[in-house]
Amino acid sequence: MHLDHSHDATGAPVPSADARRPDGRRRALRIGLGGPVGSGKTATVAALCRALREEFSLAVVTNDIYTREDAEFLLREAVLPPERIAAVETGACPHTAIRDDISANLEAVEELEEETGPLDLVLVESGGDNLTATFSRGLVDAQIFVIDVAGGDDIPRKGGPGVTTSDLLVVNKTDLAPYVGSDLARMAADAKAARGELPVVLQSLRGEGGVGEVAAWVRARLAAWTA
Amino acid sequence: MSRAALLVLADGRFPAGGHAHSGGAEAAVRAGRITGAAELEDFCRGRLHTAGLVAASVAAAAALGCEPAGLDAAADARTPSPALRLAARRLGRQLVRAARATWPSPGLDALARDFPKGAHQPVVLGLTARAAGLGPEDAAYCAAYESVSGPATAVVRLLGLDPFEAAGVLARLAPEVDEVVGRAVAAARDAAVEGVDVLPAASAPLLEVCAEAHAAWSVRLFAS
Repeated sequence: MHLDHSHDATGAPVPSADARRPDGRRRALRIGLGGPVGSGKTATVAALCRALREEFSLAVVTNDIYTREDAEFLLREAVLPPERIAAVETGACPHTAIRDDISANLEAVEELEEETGPLDLVLVESGGDNLTATFSRGLVDAQIFVIDVAGGDDIPRKGGPGVTTSDLLVVNKTDLAPYVGSDLARMAADAKAARGELPVVLQSLRGEGGVGEVAAWVRARLAAWTA
Repeated sequence: MSRAALLVLADGRFPAGGHAHSGGAEAAVRAGRITGAAELEDFCRGRLHTAGLVAASVAAAAALGCEPAGLDAAADARTPSPALRLAARRLGRQLVRAARATWPSPGLDALARDFPKGAHQPVVLGLTARAAGLGPEDAAYCAAYESVSGPATAVVRLLGLDPFEAAGVLARLAPEVDEVVGRAVAAARDAAVEGVDVLPAASAPLLEVCAEAHAAWSVRLFAS
């Protein structure tokens, strides 16, 4: 579906993830964050906003299973002004809204860009879902898959599209590993085996490094996007 | 006319945002008015003969070539609930996006330009049918069937209703869908001559009232 929508003369929303807006400006980079329920997607989004908001113009779209829970967490934490956070209802199917029928998410991204733009980066957070839930390339330019050590250290070995094909795999909550009996070295080795050259970050948002490595990865994607 | 184009447009997986809407079923389930297949059938029958008939006639009129702005105003006048108007326009804008990518046409481009906030979904549906080489009856079928298939799918998710029972409900309603489509197309042909005021104005007050309440819920699964 890569028709030449970039020169759409009507000024109306263009169908898919074209790199330019109707006015010819380069649109914001869109990064999706997916992963199982409770793995720390929202906490990672909040930490990324705090790390990047001074350098870049940011906005967030959330896809709660129950509407607005994640959006309200981000509002409560005041990581961004409220007009930069939009929530999309998913009709009990979070994976449908980020993969099979992305229209509501595209609308949310475009509205944020129209109302608060120009933006450098839009983070699209999926509702918590299963290991097969990945983002459509019509919606995001890159995707981060977030799993955590407490969800079981066999998840990297089990694989699935999120673990094997995401642009960045984050193994979150490494500080909990000793308490839940997860073997971090094994998780890292399994992830490496499943992903080849694709990067993996082991992170604890409570630790010293915090979201630093993921933020650095996002900065590199932004540099490549605007180059 | 391609029969297969109708299947593409009518497919529940056509990516135009419908999956996030329950057609009022979420509010009815919460209120205890739908607890199983029998009530789902009653609910769908009521919706088909009211909102479904209106949507089908507007879609058929748009497919016949009636002027979109007039039809959009007619749909507005037949939708008392502001929440449902907003939902209809959002769905209309989402359908325009999908339709322009699927069946590029000057008519859809003009619609997207003239209604930046979205036209009512049935208006867009009718113009999409036109762009796909389909006729008014096809457009009416899509609208009428959507008016019952949306709630049926939603109730499967909301109640854990047996999906075979939900499919049975839709099959039992099929003759009535045929009948509603017949009335909708006849009304659309009249409207093409006499103006949009002669389109049906059947209303389901409880759907409108509950849509307003639903839009104010802080926790919900569906957008409408």
